[in-house]
Amino acid sequence: MNWHNVWTVFAKELRDTIRDRRTLISTLVLPMLAMPLILLGVGSVAYKSFAKAQAEVPQVAILGGESSPAVREALAAHTKLAVVPAPEGWRQQIADKQLRAAVEIPNGFDAALARGEPATVRIYHYDGELRSGLAVSEVRRFFGAYRDKQVAARLAGRGLPASFVKPFDVRTENVAPPEKVGGNAIGGLIPYVFILFCFAGALYPAIDLTAGEKERGTLETILCSPVGRTELVLGKFLLVLTASLVTVVCSLASMGLSALFLQHLASGGALAHGAVAGAGAAPTLPRIDPLGLLAVGALVVPVAALFSSLLLALSLFAKSAKEAQSYASPLVLVVLLPAIMSLLPGVELNARLALVPVLNLSLVSKELVSGVWNWWHLALILGSSCLYAAAGLAFCVRMFNRESVLFRA
Amino acid sequence: MIEVEGLTKLFRNGRRAEVRAVDAVSFACQPGKIYGLLGANGAGKTTALRMLATLLQPTAGAARVAGFDVRTQPGKVRARLGFLAAGTALYGRLTARETLAYFGRLNGLSDRQISTRVQKLATDLNMGDFLDRRVDTFSTGMKQKTSIARTLVHDPEVLIFDEPTLGLDVFAARAIRDSIRECRDAGKTIVYSTHVMSEVEKLCDVVGIIHRGRLVAEGTPAALKARFAADDMEEAFVSAVGNEPEVAA
Repeated sequence: MNWHNVWTVFAKELRDTIRDRRTLISTLVLPMLAMPLILLGVGSVAYKSFAKAQAEVPQVAILGGESSPAVREALAAHTKLAVVPAPEGWRQQIADKQLRAAVEIPNGFDAALARGEPATVRIYHYDGELRSGLAVSEVRRFFGAYRDKQVAARLAGRGLPASFVKPFDVRTENVAPPEKVGGNAIGGLIPYVFILFCFAGALYPAIDLTAGEKERGTLETILCSPVGRTELVLGKFLLVLTASLVTVVCSLASMGLSALFLQHLASGGALAHGAVAGAGAAPTLPRIDPLGLLAVGALVVPVAALFSSLLLALSLFAKSAKEAQSYASPLVLVVLLPAIMSLLPGVELNARLALVPVLNLSLVSKELVSGVWNWWHLALILGSSCLYAAAGLAFCVRMFNRESVLFRA
Repeated sequence: MIEVEGLTKLFRNGRRAEVRAVDAVSFACQPGKIYGLLGANGAGKTTALRMLATLLQPTAGAARVAGFDVRTQPGKVRARLGFLAAGTALYGRLTARETLAYFGRLNGLSDRQISTRVQKLATDLNMGDFLDRRVDTFSTGMKQKTSIARTLVHDPEVLIFDEPTLGLDVFAARAIRDSIRECRDAGKTIVYSTHVMSEVEKLCDVVGIIHRGRLVAEGTPAALKARFAADDMEEAFVSAVGNEPEVAA
C-alpha cells in the first residue's frame, strides 16, 4: 500500500469537490440551511400563531339556560370569553371556525344547584382545532371555578372544612436528572439527524466520484495511471467519508445554534408581549449529556464509513450519475427504518440488537445523551460497526477490480 | 518494447452469448517505431489496447510492455506506459498544470521534477496560454494537448494512443501528430490506433489491420499496399478485411 498515492488521490478529490458547486450545496449549504429554516421558520410561525390564538378572546355561544340567570350572568362577566347568543346554525359556524364553541346550560340549572341536585353542562367544539380547543379550556376553567365556589358555599352552609371533599392531595415530582429528561425527550431525534445527514453528506460525492467520473470519462484516465485500485478506492473513500462527517458536524452546529436562537427569541418574545399567558416561563431547551453526544459522534464515524463505502460501490455499478441517483436515493428510507424501529415501544438495546447496524446507533444514542454508559454494549457496537465498515470497504475495492463494473456499457 | 502473443479477450453480451472481442492477436513493436493498429469501429482495437494498458485482463495469451507482464505486473507496466484514449478524459475542475502535477505525483515524481516536466511539456506543446486555466473552459484542441502532456508527464518509454485526433481540426491534429513523431524520434515505443487511413500512411512504420478481433494483415504501409495491389491504404484495408464491415457484438 502506497499511502502517498492515497493522500494524492484524496487531496485531488478534495480540491475537485470544493470547486464543485453542486457538491458544496448538497453537502454543506443545504444541511446548514435546512435546520435553521425548519427550526426558525416552522418554529417561529408555530409560536406566533399559538401566541396569537392565545391572545384572542374566543367567541362562545350560550344555548338554553334562560331560567338560570346567575350562571349566564357569571359567564357573560368572564372577561376571557366573548359570550354571544346562539346564532342560527351554530354547529356549522363552529365547523366553519366562525364560532369557537357553544355551551349548553340545562333547564333549571340554577335551581338544581340550589337544591343540590346534579346537572350537566355540555360544551360543543371543533375537535383538534387550536382556537376551539383554547375556548373549551377557558370554558372548562370557568365552570371549574364556578363549581368550586358552589362546593365551598355548600360546605360552609354545613359547617364543614374545605378538606372534607379533598381529604388529600396528589403531586408529582421529577427525580430524573435534567440530562435524562432531555435525552428521553430528544434522544430519539438525534439518531435521525446523525443518520440522515451522514447519508446525505456521502450521497452526492460518492456518485460524483464514481458514476460521475465514468460518465465524464475520467475514470479510465486514473485507472491507467500507476495508482493501485486499493489506493484509489481509499483516496476516494476518505473524501466521501470526510464529506459525510463534515455534513453531520455542520448540520449539528447549525441545528444547535438555531435552537439556541429560537430559545432566545421565544424568551424575549414572551417577556415583551406577555403572549404566553398562563404558560409560565418561556420554553427551555432540553438538556443532554454533552459527553454522551460526543460519544454518539464517535460511534457515527464507522456508520459514516459504512455508508460511504456502500454508496461508492453502488454508484460505481451505475453507468451514469442519474442511474446512480436512482439506485441510491431510495436507500435513505432503508437507513432510516432502523432509526424508526428504535422508537417502537419495547425495543431496548441488548447484546443481539447491538450487532444490528444503524439500529444499534439509534438505540445507544438515546442512552448516551441521557448519560447512561453501558460499556459492554458500546464495545459491541463500535466493534461490529468497524467490522461492517471494513467489509463495506472490501466490497468497494472488489467492485473497483471488476471489469464488468468499471467498463459496464 | 511491446510484445503481444495470442492475446484474446472474451466478453459476454446482453444475451449471455460469448463474444470474441480480440482473438489470438500477436504483434511486436520496437523502440523508436510507431505501430499502427488499423481497424473499423468495433474491430477490437480499444479492447486490445486496454489489455496492454492493464485495464482489462486477457482471457488468453500474453503481453509484455517494457519487459513487464500485463497480467502479473500491472503496476510496473502502468508506470512505464502513457495511455491516451477516447475514454481518457480530463478533470474539468482542475487546471492543466494541476492535472499534470496530479499524474506526475501518482507516477512518483518529486515536486521539482514535476515543475521541470510541466515547463518542458508546456513549451513543446505550446500550452503556455492555458496552463493555469480550468480544463472545462478549454477547446477540444487544448484538451487534447493537455491529454498528450498528461500521457507524457512521467516520460514513459511506451506510449499507446487510441484515436488521439478524433474530433480535432486539421491544425490541432497536425500538432498532435508532430508531437507523436517527436516521441518516436526520442526512441519511445508507440502504438497508434486509428481508423483514419491517411494518418497511418503519414505516421506509422508498421501497420497491423485488425478485423473482427483478429489481426488479418501486418506490414509497412508500402508492403501492405503492394500485397493488396492498392493505390492507397484505404484500398489495402478494404481488401484486407474482405470488404466486410464490422458487425455489432
